[in-house]
Amino acid sequence: MSGGGTGRLAVVGAGPAGLAAALAAAEAGAEVTVLDLGQRPGGQYLRQPTVDGVRPAPHPARFADLLRRVGTHPRVTVRSGHQVWSAEPADDGTGGATLRLSGPAGPSTLAAPVVVLAPGGYDRVVPFPGWDLPGVVTAGAAQALAKGQGVLVGRRVLVAGTGPFLLVVAAGLASTGAEVAGVVEAAPLRRWSRHPLAVAGAPGKLAEAARHFAALRRHRIPLWRGQAVTEVAEHGSGLRATVRRVDADWWAGELTRNVEVDAVCVGYGFTPSVDLAVALGCATRTDPADGSLVVSVDELGRSSVPGVLVAGEATGVGGADLAVEEGRLAGLAAAHRLGLLDDAGLARASTPVVRRTARQRRFAAAMHRVHRVPDGWTDWLRPETVVCRCEEVTAGRLRADVAGYGLDDIRALKLVTRVGMGLCQGRVCGRAAACLLAAASGRDQPLEDFAKRQIVMPVPLGIVAEEGPPR
Amino acid sequence: MAGSFDVVVVGAGIVGAACAYACARRGLTVVVLERAGLVAGATGSGEGNLLVSDKLPGPELELALFSNGLWRRWAAELGDRYGDIELEAKGGLVVTGVGPGADGAAGLAGLRETARAQSAAGVLVELLDPAGVREREPAITPELAGGLYYPQDMQLMPAKATAALLAAARDHGAEVRLRTEVTGMLRDDGRVVGVRTGAGPVAAGHVVNAAGAWAGKLAGLAGADTPVAPRRGFILVTEPVPPLVRHKVYSADYLANVASGDAGLQTSTVVEGTPAGTILIGATRELVDFDRRHNAEAVRRMAQGAVRLFPALAAVRAMRVYHGFRPFSPDHLPVIGTDPRIPGLVHAHGHEGAGIGLAPATAHLVAQVLTGERPDLPLEPFDPARFSSEVETAGAAA
Repeated sequence: MSGGGTGRLAVVGAGPAGLAAALAAAEAGAEVTVLDLGQRPGGQYLRQPTVDGVRPAPHPARFADLLRRVGTHPRVTVRSGHQVWSAEPADDGTGGATLRLSGPAGPSTLAAPVVVLAPGGYDRVVPFPGWDLPGVVTAGAAQALAKGQGVLVGRRVLVAGTGPFLLVVAAGLASTGAEVAGVVEAAPLRRWSRHPLAVAGAPGKLAEAARHFAALRRHRIPLWRGQAVTEVAEHGSGLRATVRRVDADWWAGELTRNVEVDAVCVGYGFTPSVDLAVALGCATRTDPADGSLVVSVDELGRSSVPGVLVAGEATGVGGADLAVEEGRLAGLAAAHRLGLLDDAGLARASTPVVRRTARQRRFAAAMHRVHRVPDGWTDWLRPETVVCRCEEVTAGRLRADVAGYGLDDIRALKLVTRVGMGLCQGRVCGRAAACLLAAASGRDQPLEDFAKRQIVMPVPLGIVAEEGPPR
Repeated sequence: MAGSFDVVVVGAGIVGAACAYACARRGLTVVVLERAGLVAGATGSGEGNLLVSDKLPGPELELALFSNGLWRRWAAELGDRYGDIELEAKGGLVVTGVGPGADGAAGLAGLRETARAQSAAGVLVELLDPAGVREREPAITPELAGGLYYPQDMQLMPAKATAALLAAARDHGAEVRLRTEVTGMLRDDGRVVGVRTGAGPVAAGHVVNAAGAWAGKLAGLAGADTPVAPRRGFILVTEPVPPLVRHKVYSADYLANVASGDAGLQTSTVVEGTPAGTILIGATRELVDFDRRHNAEAVRRMAQGAVRLFPALAAVRAMRVYHGFRPFSPDHLPVIGTDPRIPGLVHAHGHEGAGIGLAPATAHLVAQVLTGERPDLPLEPFDPARFSSEVETAGAAA
């Protein structure tokens, strides 16, 4: 493979999975380059301040230790501020990939015989009337601002959606100084009682949840369960959120309260970042737990493309602890592929980790069943509600075009309505649009049609035009 | 025959949609069969050019001039009932001698000769000096020798135009069946009398092959050897930006590439804006069968050419890249009309990159043939059987 020396591994993403993969492979003898878009390693979960004077958010010791060990390992080089904007599989069939990068020093390419992709995920959003107003932000964005720059999205905020991440964000915002008016959780949390084994298998998660609930109590933040913010409207200089009771399918019922705030932080779980893997030709599947499109991998993170491994949320959303274990396994499997571990060595090192990940996956699946995102939100939309923010395509337009033109697949929908054709390329609206199309056309829609993109992040043409030096 | 149609149109791309519209408007009963979805082939992968500028005098230019007039008429007929097809008479600009080291004098001489010939054939064309080029395209590089301006060149949004034509055809009684693959032909004493599909047979007086890059395969089902092959092309799309490129602008070597039958990768610079604000950048041509893999080098060359032509594009972000398969015909002329070898089979394909532009004229001629009218243009140059004596050339190109 051109440019790739023996024992050379490229890791994309410096979140928990990427860091763990880098460390495991480096400890087995690999020379590892970690590429990360952020200014400092850690990803979203371990986000470190990028502005002087901002106090780092506290992380569990095991993660702080991971960051430190990667940072000081002689065989690991972390390239921060590097965006992988495209990638191609090795065309000589030897495996691995050529990654196209845009970094502080301009374009470059990195060819590696083995790559581990650990791109993480991003906030899943569902559209509702007012979701596109200034002041309505994703829970992840609110957290990133607070953690990275010590900036609050508003003085008084409401956190809404579903999933344990809401509690984390609410507690984090409160401790950064925000007044959190409440947490609106669509799931009736008693559903957790249906999954006693999954919970028992992950005692750490129980302790974590207890910590978050204690934080809510300490900050006197009410938790409204089985309810949802079904609309946000401008109100004076701020926003007013309409909170309604919702049933198990998210059909909205009675109004429970109107909440006046400066900002509404919404989160409905996460969308795995699979586009880089899809660009490399990795097979995907629909995660039965939450319906997300994920990369198909074996238990060690090996994808269908030789020399391309995937770890963390891109293989199924499961949180940082699971991501670390998956990263470790992918790092070991990468070292094995590089010839640094033999079969017995790989088995010895990976077996106990595989056992732990199985338990954590059971917990993740239970979490997805409790905090599922059923289709009832589609009924919250008004004809004028924007579905695709980049191209300003409304729900009414989308439904009318599907009916009027007989559109029945994502490609035709994109071309005719322009939904998902803007700067986000469907990352934000793709799943919602696919859901609306499926309902309007009566045909299931494969999510992969929104994930196929050779340019995985918008990149200046001047960068595309240059080959860039090999790294 | 019960449940029989006058016409089965195979393919729901721009040509199939245009054929359905033209036939249904004449009162023929029409069904469109499409193995995938709407605009699944080249129609959904192109820029939507309606060009006269890239054609030299001959039957294709006549078809293009006729077709551009039809597009204007059709746009008026469709009105706003079926949505905006974004027809824009933006004009085309061909430039030469771009960048340092280019032979501007030779390029200009070539352009002058092209303009003279095209002008004699009825094309409106204006020779521009560098200042004239920059007056029309203020953001273009000052390093060029000159260009030609073509006010008749237009653009439209192919997917919307196709969807609108099919919707209009439906209002004239046509049926559209998506995800219905044609698996064979119904024959009666040598004549094609319909098609077999995954969902059962469909009987028809005529079968119109509008299968684009797959037309050769479909014709093969009828035993009509037709050497139409896929010619792959990539397009880069930028983020939406305020108006920066006003016309379709391309370098003169595009003409040579279009006219070439070379199988290897050819790139020439084609840049244009769209009503959505995005800028489309082309163009590459490769005869690589239906190879769906990415070609990073092709994309890099397109970006390089675009930045050379419009330096401000260096800072504009590329958002998307995609490819499609043009229906390549070995002699660069489309295949239109009844197949003299197989009664009942009618061809409407082989337009390579000009299918959007040539669709109305093609459909108009097909409808005239099907209704027994005298065609408005001679069909001999597009004769489906013309390759029969050239089987070797065709085989090599495919």
